[in-house]
Amino acid sequence: FIAFSTNKGILISNVLLCNVTDRVSFWFVVTDSSKNVTTVPGSEVEAAIRLNRNRINSAFLLSDKTLQFLKITSTLSPPVEPSTPVWLIVFGVVLCLIVAGIVFLVVAGIQQRKKNKESTERENLEEKGEETVTVENGIPCEALDLKAGHINGVFAADDERFTSL
Amino acid sequence: MSKDLSVPPEIPKEDGRPKWDNKFQYILSCIGFAVGLGNVWRFPYLCQIHGGGAFLIPYFIALLFEGIPLLHLELALGQCLRKGSIGAWNTISPYLGGVGVGSWMVSVLVSLYYNTVLTWVMWYFINSFQEPLPWSVCPLNENRTGLNEECYESTAVNYFWYRKTLNITPDVTESGTLQWWLILCLATCWAIVYLCTIRGIETTGKAIYVTAIFPYLVLTVFLIHGLTLPGATDGLAYLFTPNLNTLKNPRVWLDAATQIFFSLSLAFGGLIAFSSYNPPKNDCEKDAVTVAVVNSMTSLYASIPVFSVLGFKATTGYWDCLDRNIINIINEFDLPEESIMRQNYTAWINFLNSSYPEKIAGLKLKSCDFQEFLDQSVSGTGLAFITFTQAIILMPGSQAWAILFFIMLFSLGLSSMFGNIEGVFTPLLELQSISKSIPKELLSGIICLICFLIALCFTLGSGSYWIDIFDSYAGSLPLLVIAFFEVIGVAYVYKIKRFSKDVKWMTGRKPNLYWQITWRFISPLLLLIVFVAFVTLQIQKPPSYTAWNPKYVCSQIFSKLLIKARVVYFSPLPDPLKSLISTAYLHNAA
Repeated sequence: FIAFSTNKGILISNVLLCNVTDRVSFWFVVTDSSKNVTTVPGSEVEAAIRLNRNRINSAFLLSDKTLQFLKITSTLSPPVEPSTPVWLIVFGVVLCLIVAGIVFLVVAGIQQRKKNKESTERENLEEKGEETVTVENGIPCEALDLKAGHINGVFAADDERFTSL
Repeated sequence: MSKDLSVPPEIPKEDGRPKWDNKFQYILSCIGFAVGLGNVWRFPYLCQIHGGGAFLIPYFIALLFEGIPLLHLELALGQCLRKGSIGAWNTISPYLGGVGVGSWMVSVLVSLYYNTVLTWVMWYFINSFQEPLPWSVCPLNENRTGLNEECYESTAVNYFWYRKTLNITPDVTESGTLQWWLILCLATCWAIVYLCTIRGIETTGKAIYVTAIFPYLVLTVFLIHGLTLPGATDGLAYLFTPNLNTLKNPRVWLDAATQIFFSLSLAFGGLIAFSSYNPPKNDCEKDAVTVAVVNSMTSLYASIPVFSVLGFKATTGYWDCLDRNIINIINEFDLPEESIMRQNYTAWINFLNSSYPEKIAGLKLKSCDFQEFLDQSVSGTGLAFITFTQAIILMPGSQAWAILFFIMLFSLGLSSMFGNIEGVFTPLLELQSISKSIPKELLSGIICLICFLIALCFTLGSGSYWIDIFDSYAGSLPLLVIAFFEVIGVAYVYKIKRFSKDVKWMTGRKPNLYWQITWRFISPLLLLIVFVAFVTLQIQKPPSYTAWNPKYVCSQIFSKLLIKARVVYFSPLPDPLKSLISTAYLHNAA
């Protein structure tokens, strides 16, 4: 691969490995066959590797993290970003639901108030027309002497609660 | 004369006062108000730093002698007088009207900043739908050769919180600009609050079924999942192992007392408002005990998943630290892969240190101490937005967990907001001038709009510093003072005998000796001691706050804050929001 990438007609035999360790790491040097025994400058090798890193990685089924070239940092690809950030979409959905809820409740409240007003008006008209006998606990209210009633002990006790200092 | 005649069914409607649909709604509202964010991110932290299981002793003592009596007092007061906080205190005594106004003011101030915390929760919630989670990766720098520097020096989670969410300024004096994304979320949060409180308890009563019950479901799910994570048992053991020596430190007792007090949301006026919508003949004593016990049980229940997850996070952090060291050593010594594993790491290190000490020293390995990872105690926003989010990234299916977690936090906070807003709303409704001229929907709309406009200042770059200040000074000491005067007012101005008679009328039995003693002596004394202890503790050091300054990464910055006007040295308490940013700050690795 390295031979291929440098495009200089370098054969595989020109890539020399040294210092192979247990760790599966090694140093390698690329020589140029046309200029005998000289090594291809490191910067060229670096440039070649940078270009073809993907192919090298996929040949070994490795990634940038598992196949490291010391001193060659990888250009990181930016994370995929959709055209509209996802959070705006979610936000839009939430806001629409809330506004719909508010509008519904406000309108329902106004309608309720109109209905109440109509029914109280109707009641007032009815009261003027009829004389209904209101009943409290089976005793017609007229029979109860509401003004001269006797004092209900419990309520009287309540009044004392709010005596001022 | 039987009592039945005296309370014909029309009476609750005669005074036009709304009422709860059923008792369960009322209890649920009180529980929702009491159970808030503090139960999740404050109580486990206190347990951890104050000797684990041993903390439960001062906690339950405080509950018994301070929490339950005060709670019963407030609920009985509201139910008996059937008015909001301002009206109720004016009725008790015109000289005590200020207590009601104080409660009302505190409710206003707390509503302002509490909803901003919910804004942050909402922001994280709507960002949880992305793959990968935005706080799991650092963005790239300009020339795409590496990661953004600020992010790289700290962690991706910190970066997302401090830069992408808050866009925080290094100093509270630099205000920065309004962050438009936070404004959008703030508007949404206030719209949600308006939607739920639009007609007072008629609407919150329906909403509370969801917001109060849902967090328990999520906590259960997290509990089950958390217990299956590796390292969960370490976290739990760490949390609950009792260390009785800590009880000798008065700070522990103080923290227990304040935690109970603020956890139950006393002195806000919200509880008085809630109970004022009750029928007068309701057993407020049982209600008070129920609400207090459920609140404490919830705190305990919530601390289990929280600490399982923290134990998991500590374990993975420890493993990461070990793995990084192992890679460095293997690279340096060219050893074969998998020769050093986590299990034989210490053996290898000792061997290598004795044979090649200079090489090992040259590697500058970080010392990995599991206990150190566990010891990172965080509370408040640091727990939710930094520590927990970091743990969530490590779980499989992180989007789902993130979404669940943030919805849970949101409902916890929302149900507490209902109580706050009710504490503001109800006294205003009782002012004849207001209630006659404008409909309820408009009044709640105006309240929400004004609060939204004022809360815009929390969306500035320095907003989170301001929230720290508000939480420390508005949501702490004033409440203690108000509660003290509440108890004194009822016990000595209104007189306990009268109050006992009222309670007997409502519940059908006279308050027993426990209530008499706590109302008269123990609770006021405890409140006084707590108040004095706080002030003393805070006077000892100048007020300070932790700041995030990218130019000084890997160090803490403490600035002196000159707070003008009244409450300069009346400093705060370890409140639900105080986050130990420094731990997350310094800890680069995990």
